[in-house]
Amino acid sequence: MSSRPLLKFAIVLIWAFILLFPMLGIEEDRFVWDRVLKVMAVITAAGMLVLVYHYFLKGLSLRPKVFDEASTKFRPPRRLLIGLGVAGVLALPWIADNYGRDIAINVLIYIALGLGLNIVVGLAGLLDLGYIAFYAVGAYTYALLNTNFGVPFWLALPVGCVISAGVGAFIGYPTLKMRGDYLAIVTLGFGEIIRIVLNNWDKVTKGPNGILGIKAPGLFYPVVENGSIEFAHLYLKNLIWMYYLILAIAVLIMLAVYRLNTSRIGRAWMAVREDETAAELTGIHTTRMKLYAYMLGAIFAGFAGAFFAAKVRYVNPSSFIFLESALVLCIVVLGGMGSIPGIIIGAAAIIVLPEMFRGLALYRMAAFGGAMTAMMVFRPEGLLPAKRKAQEVEMERETATIP
Amino acid sequence: MLSVNDIHTYYGHIHALKGISLEVKEKEIVCLIGSNGAGKSTTLMTVNGILHPAEGRILFLGQDITTLPADKIAGLGITQVPEGRRILPRLSVEDNLEMGAFLVKDKKKIRKNRDEVYELFPLLAKRHKQQGGTLSGGEQQMLAIGRALMSNPKLLLLDEPSLGLAPLIVEKIFDIVRQINDSGTTIFLVEQNANMALSISGNAYVMESGRITIKGAAKDLAQDEAIRKAYLGED
Amino acid sequence: MEVFFQQIINGLTLGSIYALIALGYTMVYGIIQLINFAHGEIFTAGGYIGVIVLSFMQARGVLDTHPFLGLFLAFVLAMIYCAFLAVALETVAYRPLRRASRLSLLLSALGMSIFLSNGMMLSQGVYDKAYPHFFTSGGFKVGGVIVTNMQVFIIIGSVLLMVGLNLFVNRTRLGKAMRSTAQDRVMSAILGINANKTIVTTFVIGAVLAAAAGVMVGLYYGSVRFDMGFIPGIKAFSAAVLGGIGNLTGAMLGGMIIGMVEIFAAGYLASEYKDVFAFIILILVLYFRPTGIMGEQVDDTRV
Repeated sequence: MSSRPLLKFAIVLIWAFILLFPMLGIEEDRFVWDRVLKVMAVITAAGMLVLVYHYFLKGLSLRPKVFDEASTKFRPPRRLLIGLGVAGVLALPWIADNYGRDIAINVLIYIALGLGLNIVVGLAGLLDLGYIAFYAVGAYTYALLNTNFGVPFWLALPVGCVISAGVGAFIGYPTLKMRGDYLAIVTLGFGEIIRIVLNNWDKVTKGPNGILGIKAPGLFYPVVENGSIEFAHLYLKNLIWMYYLILAIAVLIMLAVYRLNTSRIGRAWMAVREDETAAELTGIHTTRMKLYAYMLGAIFAGFAGAFFAAKVRYVNPSSFIFLESALVLCIVVLGGMGSIPGIIIGAAAIIVLPEMFRGLALYRMAAFGGAMTAMMVFRPEGLLPAKRKAQEVEMERETATIP
Repeated sequence: MLSVNDIHTYYGHIHALKGISLEVKEKEIVCLIGSNGAGKSTTLMTVNGILHPAEGRILFLGQDITTLPADKIAGLGITQVPEGRRILPRLSVEDNLEMGAFLVKDKKKIRKNRDEVYELFPLLAKRHKQQGGTLSGGEQQMLAIGRALMSNPKLLLLDEPSLGLAPLIVEKIFDIVRQINDSGTTIFLVEQNANMALSISGNAYVMESGRITIKGAAKDLAQDEAIRKAYLGED
Repeated sequence: MEVFFQQIINGLTLGSIYALIALGYTMVYGIIQLINFAHGEIFTAGGYIGVIVLSFMQARGVLDTHPFLGLFLAFVLAMIYCAFLAVALETVAYRPLRRASRLSLLLSALGMSIFLSNGMMLSQGVYDKAYPHFFTSGGFKVGGVIVTNMQVFIIIGSVLLMVGLNLFVNRTRLGKAMRSTAQDRVMSAILGINANKTIVTTFVIGAVLAAAAGVMVGLYYGSVRFDMGFIPGIKAFSAAVLGGIGNLTGAMLGGMIIGMVEIFAAGYLASEYKDVFAFIILILVLYFRPTGIMGEQVDDTRV
């Protein structure tokens, strides 16, 4: 048994101590050991688990078994599962109370955002860190149009989408022409700019106070009265209506993404994602394709944003901070880039888990950050990867010749 | 000195080298000729440790260097004048040479080597403060060769030294290669210009689509009908 | 008129800090084409170590009697700590992804950025952490312009660090090896230069500069916060792009420009929007001179 893993383990522990002690162990001029020791204990335990795996379990490739065999042996008929799922989703507002409906609506909003961002990040491979800005654009567009000019939801929706697309083009065009890497910083900056502008442009956006009194989407429906057909108007304020509306939006986006995945444009995006130079050589206008992906993502976010404004009927800048962009990104990355079921589960997890584990709320983002890095290092395909992506990663692992 | 045994190298999924074997004896000049894309550069990169073969062994002075990383292989005395020269563009001529001597510990030796390079290539001495990227093709080739000599290599690999250079300069370069060999350095040379390569080599190999197709003494190959037709542009 | 010169001093001070941070971004991008999102957190960590050291000394009563020792220790210990942090970062989050796609690297960097900033929040709290008062006040007048000691210290200190960096990178064997690896990693390996070692060195140097900037910010503004690296990080990277990514002189220049623009815009235009100007400059640069003022310096070669 070589001693090298043990040596590495020792170095890791020493290094961790050096990094943790100044931050956790010094208060004024006293040395406090309890926090440092707690964290060191966790690291030591994790390290020992890794060592055990390395020394005893390595030969027994556990992972493939767990996923492959289980899925082929124990899976009940697929259609039954899907049917139950669909039924559950449709019936949800009637089974749950308002709290449950609200959570479900939030999950669906994040699913819509995740799918939209997936087009940019998962399909085209562009890192967008300011995605929430388009969400804000959509929301504030409807808010402003509605409260200042009385524009109804269904009219404001396409306007919001167009504006989002326009902004996306303006930001994306110079950036994508240069290095794709720059998009990350530019979008990050852009997200912040939007937030700052929304916060400070008191005259228009009402600053940190936000915009109140936004109307919910309205619906005209026919009513038979005295033998003639009249149209009555109903505001869809009820959470049940909202749920079905966002469900429809989410399903729409889901269908769009699914079709895109297999379409020519989708394959062009994936080619650009994998190897831009090669894609360029096969005749794909990479800059244009990237721009389209970015704009499409913007449109979907704008869509979701308008819905958000209509549902909460109040917008203020604090809903559009970087944290939100990061969360949506986590959904896409941790769920498996390009994978629709992965994003659904990711969105559900990100909304539901913090509700369940309220006490650990402070650790949430640190955990997501660490998970994202860990995912890239150990399992870049994500938790429930799109089939094609997983194959690609496997092939790369097999043919790597450089040690 | 160098023994390459049945190596297979891949670029991703592309099978670039399909079982290459060759030998370079001490103080020899050995050349590997073949058309574009045959895999000649890949061979050199594999020997140098930039690429690693999926199968096969490479032995240098009796030591197995198959899995060694490039910087360790450099420490054993192998260096390369790569295709396209690959001068460090934003370093001066002098700094490029200094980097060539990166593994040399003795400062006096570095200075001595540098002076010898300047003697061999007086043009470089004149332009020693100039940025590498601003030199002409021929000057860059001289710099690349000079840089390689800075480490007193035991085995010098040359990848297409004639590429993109005027015939007069090519002749000069090959003269210098012969000179370098005369002073004791083993040379392994890869070339599209089969004429020049064969004229200075002892042994030669011909490569096609990732395989060695012909091998033998350079003079014999130069007379061979098939080779003359295919590579020496004769009719 | 005096206001104008006052703003110049303020701008130079802020610009020096941005320049120090921008250098780290530009060097790392130049050598491995990665936007090191976590660099902003290294800057923050430096600020924290500074305040921890100084608070320690103050609580022991040593600070008032030995202010220069305090300064010295604050900077040196912050630099050492950040060096350790940067090496850990590179080894754990970036090196395993050396051959992975650009996107994976960026996501890993982003993950680390989020992890580290939240980690500092969890360990040091959400509130500002105040630097002890000891050296910070005091200044002198030149004409009608007030120049504080701290501003002089920051400007001169930054210049010294940047000169030191220049000397290292242009005169020493290791510095040249770093540039060599940044220009052509494969060729450098053939010459015997170990890529990993030079890359780690690059990270360390960037971290040392960022740590200095962190302590300077703490001394100048009086406190540090766990998220103080976020927006300055964006601005500093913009400065690096402005100057030409990978170009050290460009980063220094870019930092100064961004600092100046921010101070002047905040002074003469609108101070609530001061953060917006760096971004506007970034977009303008990308539209009109995408390779930056002094030109890019990145390794675009392949095997």
